[in-house]
Amino acid sequence: MNWKIRRLGQAVFTIWAVMTLAFVMTRMMPGNPVDAFVARIGPELDNPQEAYELAEIYMNINPQDPIHVAYVDYMVALAQGNMGHSMSQNASVAAIMGDAIPWTLFVMSWAVFLSFTVGISLGALMAYWEGSKFDVGLTGYATTITSIPFYVLALLLLITFAYRLNWFPTSGRRPTGVEAGFNLPFMLGILHHAALPVLSMFVASGAASLTMRGNSVRVLGEDYLRVARLRGLPDRTIAVRYVARNAILPMYTGLMISLGTMFGGAVVLEEIFAYRGMGYYMIQAVRARDYPLMMGAFTIITIAVVIALFIADLTYGKIDPRAGGEGREAF
Amino acid sequence: MKRSDDESSEPPNGRSGDSIDQFVPEQSVETTAEEQTDETAAQMRSDGGTIGTDSPFETTASVAETRSDRIDRFLEEYIRTPWSILRSDWRAVVSFGILGIYFLMATVGVYLVEPTHPAHGPQLLGAFENWDFPLGTTVAGRDVFAMLIHSTPSILIMMASGAVFTVAVGTIFGVVAGYKGGTIDTVLSTITDIFINIPGLPLVIVLATLLEAWINNPVTLGVLLAVAAWAGLARAIRSQVLTIRSESFVEAARAMDLSTRWILLREIIPHLMPYIVVNMVNAARRIIFAAVALYFLGVLPFSDANWGVMLNNAYNAGALYRPSAYHWLLVPMIAISGIAIGLILLAQSLDQVFNPRIRARHQDLGDDDQLEPDSESDTKDMMNV
Repeated sequence: MNWKIRRLGQAVFTIWAVMTLAFVMTRMMPGNPVDAFVARIGPELDNPQEAYELAEIYMNINPQDPIHVAYVDYMVALAQGNMGHSMSQNASVAAIMGDAIPWTLFVMSWAVFLSFTVGISLGALMAYWEGSKFDVGLTGYATTITSIPFYVLALLLLITFAYRLNWFPTSGRRPTGVEAGFNLPFMLGILHHAALPVLSMFVASGAASLTMRGNSVRVLGEDYLRVARLRGLPDRTIAVRYVARNAILPMYTGLMISLGTMFGGAVVLEEIFAYRGMGYYMIQAVRARDYPLMMGAFTIITIAVVIALFIADLTYGKIDPRAGGEGREAF
Repeated sequence: MKRSDDESSEPPNGRSGDSIDQFVPEQSVETTAEEQTDETAAQMRSDGGTIGTDSPFETTASVAETRSDRIDRFLEEYIRTPWSILRSDWRAVVSFGILGIYFLMATVGVYLVEPTHPAHGPQLLGAFENWDFPLGTTVAGRDVFAMLIHSTPSILIMMASGAVFTVAVGTIFGVVAGYKGGTIDTVLSTITDIFINIPGLPLVIVLATLLEAWINNPVTLGVLLAVAAWAGLARAIRSQVLTIRSESFVEAARAMDLSTRWILLREIIPHLMPYIVVNMVNAARRIIFAAVALYFLGVLPFSDANWGVMLNNAYNAGALYRPSAYHWLLVPMIAISGIAIGLILLAQSLDQVFNPRIRARHQDLGDDDQLEPDSESDTKDMMNV
């Protein structure tokens, strides 16, 4: 219990630190978006003084305020869910992000789910038939595929399946001309649009199967398996309870760490497929120098990752009884 | 109380003191007198031991180690043995070959191939059609091959600086946090945790946008990309140090009251060296992936030709749906995948050198199957850019 509270405190602290970091970056960095904004907007207004008020509306930072006042105002506004107003999209950042978050989560959760389930099953089979053609072939494939960046794979898939074969749409996240809602054509259309982004992440993730294979091979050599066999336990029990469980555990830590980098990957992927998720809007904001949207997207992505890691961390104890409770060193 | 009582109650008896005084000097005087002719003879010490060659704790090497011996041992340990292991491993040979090609491209190739310019050749010539432009030309008539060659140096510099920076910061944070413990550990680990939690690529995108004016230099860019990469390594190293710090040789060093810096530099870091080197290779790969991705997205300012810029230009020129422009898109893709394969194979073969257990297993089985990958770093690689 004590540990959970400490972990919660750590998550809250991280979120606070990231918000502060976002504030510092918008206010103090050499680029200084706030001053740049005032300098850009000011001359266009009848009363240049209004530029400061606009800065406050757009970014929650009034450059005329002393730094501590600006900081408190910024944090209070952020805590209330007010992330400012996007200049390029002309909507509040919160609204844009609220619309984008479900789509990113949809694509990412499918990608992670598929990569890990398929990776685990393949890895287990590779370990079981260690040294066979199946094993050698798949190992070679996984090593090669790991060294190809997934955005390269995404581009190749896009060329092949969208532009050449016309099997999948080239961009977008939902079918056009179909009524949104819980009807079958719309749901299928969404899956159809998400297929290529998910597929490119899934194909690129050979590492999971390699890791699982290595772990399983290691577990297969353990003494307790021999003991289990001598006790006459059924093969299924041995495979599931002994081998799978012990081989998957180390991967769970990796999964948690990969959550953070996954969202980074989503930024590139959403841009390639013009899939309007958080990452897509972030790149659009960077191109348009739309600082409120850029910082808002960054803050939201980070908070999403922190929460995901927190949940993963709490459930880790359920999967691995050894890891739960106090006195854990890391994670 | 009792002791002082005892002392006071006991009369200052000269006898016991006398006997000791008598005993020891007499003996030593006796021995010196007796063995005066033989200088090397054992001397009786105050604790009753003898000074001589029979004590294993005071025996020194009978053969002096000369400078050349030391150099020889160093070469044997760090150059010849790893080399002979690497030479027998096909992975190492292939990786050296691949990386060697890139290195040649970045050094010799730059002088052999003249830089290209718009309208250098015909527009959008396919690959292998005209040997003046072996890899074809772009829409603007620039030579793709020359662009490929001339973008290699900056990519390699970026890769090296980013990898060195990642490893340096990660090692310092991990080693100090793991060894010192206490408040220092709490502070450093908190910083590490924050950086682990922050998704790397979005952070780098924001930083690159804000620091636009500063990052035209490949070294600075490499360092910037490393900002997102060091934290995972720091945590992994910290957990390794936690186990090493209670090993007997570190305990011994502590008991000898050696300075913390000495222990860290001479005892702990050498033990982590294999781990650090393998991680450095992996970090280099990640840095390249991230750099090319950012150039491709158009987030980084285009200063000169480079694989990501080529990808971006090809993408914007509609290479995705123009089969005549495929070569323009494929060349940077193959370039980045090729160097990544080289680095992966290098990391795997270095694992063979450093990890005797794996080496023994491979020799026993005689097969050349995959190494057992380090679960954490490999899964982390997954979906990483």
